[in-house]
Amino acid sequence: MSARRSLLKVVAGLGLTLPLSRLAVTRALAQPDSKAARPQPGDKLIRAVAGAPGSALTPATVPAGGPPVIAYPMDATTGAVRDGSRLNQVLLVHLEPRDLAEETRARAAAGIVAYSAVCTHTGCDQWDWDARAKTIKCPCHFSTFDVKDAARVLDGPAPRRLPALPLNVSGGVLVVAGGFVGRPGFQQGGA
Amino acid sequence: MTSLRSILVTCTLVTLVALSPAVLPAQSPTSYSAVTEGRLLNPEPHNWLMYRGNYAGWGYSPLEQITPQNVAKLTPVWTLSTGVNEGHQAPPIVNNGVMFVTTPQAQVLALNARTGDILWRYKRELPEDLLQLHPTNRGVGLWDNKVYVGTVDAHLVALDAATGKVVWDKVVDDWKKGYYITLAPLVVKGKVMVGTSGGELGVRAFIAAFDAGTGQELWRTHTVPGPGEPGHDTWSGDAWKTGGVSVWITGHYDPQLNLTFWGTGNAAPWPGDMHPGDNLYSSSVIALDVETGKIRGHHQYHWNDSWDWDEVSTPILLDVQRGGRTIKGLVHPGRNGYLWLLERRADGIGFVDAKPFVKQEVFTAIDPKTGRPSYDPEHKPTGGKTVTFCPGLWGGKDWPPAAYNPKTGLVYIPANDNHCSTLVGQTQSYEPGKLYLGIDRPKTTLSLRAGATSIGELQAWNMNSGQKSWTHQFRWQYWGPVLTTGGGLVFSGGTNDRKFRAFDATTGKVLWEFTTNSGVTGVPSSFALDGKQYIAVQSGWGVDAQRMQARIDTHLGTKTDVPQGGVIWVFALGN
Repeated sequence: MSARRSLLKVVAGLGLTLPLSRLAVTRALAQPDSKAARPQPGDKLIRAVAGAPGSALTPATVPAGGPPVIAYPMDATTGAVRDGSRLNQVLLVHLEPRDLAEETRARAAAGIVAYSAVCTHTGCDQWDWDARAKTIKCPCHFSTFDVKDAARVLDGPAPRRLPALPLNVSGGVLVVAGGFVGRPGFQQGGA
Repeated sequence: MTSLRSILVTCTLVTLVALSPAVLPAQSPTSYSAVTEGRLLNPEPHNWLMYRGNYAGWGYSPLEQITPQNVAKLTPVWTLSTGVNEGHQAPPIVNNGVMFVTTPQAQVLALNARTGDILWRYKRELPEDLLQLHPTNRGVGLWDNKVYVGTVDAHLVALDAATGKVVWDKVVDDWKKGYYITLAPLVVKGKVMVGTSGGELGVRAFIAAFDAGTGQELWRTHTVPGPGEPGHDTWSGDAWKTGGVSVWITGHYDPQLNLTFWGTGNAAPWPGDMHPGDNLYSSSVIALDVETGKIRGHHQYHWNDSWDWDEVSTPILLDVQRGGRTIKGLVHPGRNGYLWLLERRADGIGFVDAKPFVKQEVFTAIDPKTGRPSYDPEHKPTGGKTVTFCPGLWGGKDWPPAAYNPKTGLVYIPANDNHCSTLVGQTQSYEPGKLYLGIDRPKTTLSLRAGATSIGELQAWNMNSGQKSWTHQFRWQYWGPVLTTGGGLVFSGGTNDRKFRAFDATTGKVLWEFTTNSGVTGVPSSFALDGKQYIAVQSGWGVDAQRMQARIDTHLGTKTDVPQGGVIWVFALGN
């Protein structure tokens, strides 16, 4: 953050007379803080827990049939964990591929589906698992989502589904295959 | 050079426009009436200058044009959509024709109270990764030519009352650690006081005062005492660091004692064995010195809370006749289901009397001298045990404020009876900004007492006799803040059928009702312009009214659709 502020100061100091430098600085500014950046293709996933989160998650580390595991993406090159924003939390559930809706199955890897772990209602990020129905319920205001089918809203005040996160398996570990399908988190209303 | 200057000027203008609140041309920018100490101490009957209308917290308008005889002619004069969903709980606060209303997301609307035309609107851009456990806001505070709003991302903002421009914006605490503000600021003698919420996220809450002019913080008093402070020994180990004890609702003020009074929330996490001790000042009323913030007195309604029974509301300040003397009373219908009569004194708060106003199965006795309850351990949630208790989590009365009418001498209580909760305590580790409830959440259930035909009750109590005068029962839960008037009426919404109702203040008879856009959980207010009395309220269902509905639906296997979306309603007598 302070580095970005310094850059801004540099920009202000250089004024409008150095277009090439400005271009370079602008490009630098456009690169978001890697810890706050949303999941990127190629990112690995690690458990979102305080203390030692362990190593990159493999399909076997996500319990078959649930409950969900909450994870953060990790830059595969630098090892930087993208825990700079609550919106980067990813909910992983291990289900039978045959139980998944087609669209969901296409984004899954080894039966593991991934979604934004932040409720689209008002931003809560903890979940109650219904093992029988294979649904997740937000304990804050009781919105329920169907993780078998694109996390569509089954009940409660959430206005929209949880954005999905496409996955792959590479080198034996779970890898992000694309960005969130949709904007994670709540959307501020207002006239 | 000239063109560069033009660009700079243009950029500056663009920047200013981008940073300013959405200011619409004033419809009638009448000269704003500065709010003074004298006006807050003696509010004009035609105005509603603070959360409950006066410092004593009565929720009473002396206006008497609308009466039991003519209230059937009450009709809408204007409405305004707020543009947001969730719990619209703030009262329309009115100062000589200018109305201020807050909505969820800490939006503030300034309106022409006569027409509903927008004078200005403050829209706050919230952090995109904010968690809003209680998406609501309970109103503004007024002082001089400024309007104050506490925000769901834990800021206190001062706005210019005439333009809506931000005068100052202060961080009260870090929302990432779970702090937020739901209450309307209390303004006394140029000090703007707010309390913090976040008990379900393991904060250590506090009340803080800020200079109304500059925003400088003047004092901060934690509701969980730290090492060396009185009451700290009522906590064990490090539990105090994450002890909760939120302050959800605006305090009241006694100018004679120069004390403010505040209701406090439960200790965190919920089961009491996870924070052994009495846990001062949880589930209490505390008296704070206006000048220093020092705690001058307290009364803890129940020790070592285990039921999520925040004692949210601040007691109403009123005189009560008991035993041939006048008691400077503090009257509190508690979430624990007991109606408390306390005495406020310069040297502290004394216990007078307590009795249940709903069926309560937890307390086995109340010490007649101290008011300290004894508990039935079978109904006290603890780790690893399944425990059922009545009333349930939402208690006998939650945040919707009760009201006092000095003409009828009655206190009007929005109560809920016949509901119970079952909890299974489960130890959990604390993580900043995360839910910290200490329960096996999916096993939490609500149940209704077998054979019960009602849950909600509007109760009227005579505090001199200690007797209930009348009760109006509602089939389902009731989350209606109460307004009472000099005309002899009680106004309240709060039910899932979207109704807003008027009751005869003496008999409890329903005299008028109107179906609004959504469920009415707003605090009603009354004001007058040009000799005409108005009743104003927000309709906008959400937060705990919605949560309790969901629990009831789960219990009964029903599905109740109460539409959301906020609308301000203003009513007056038709021709």
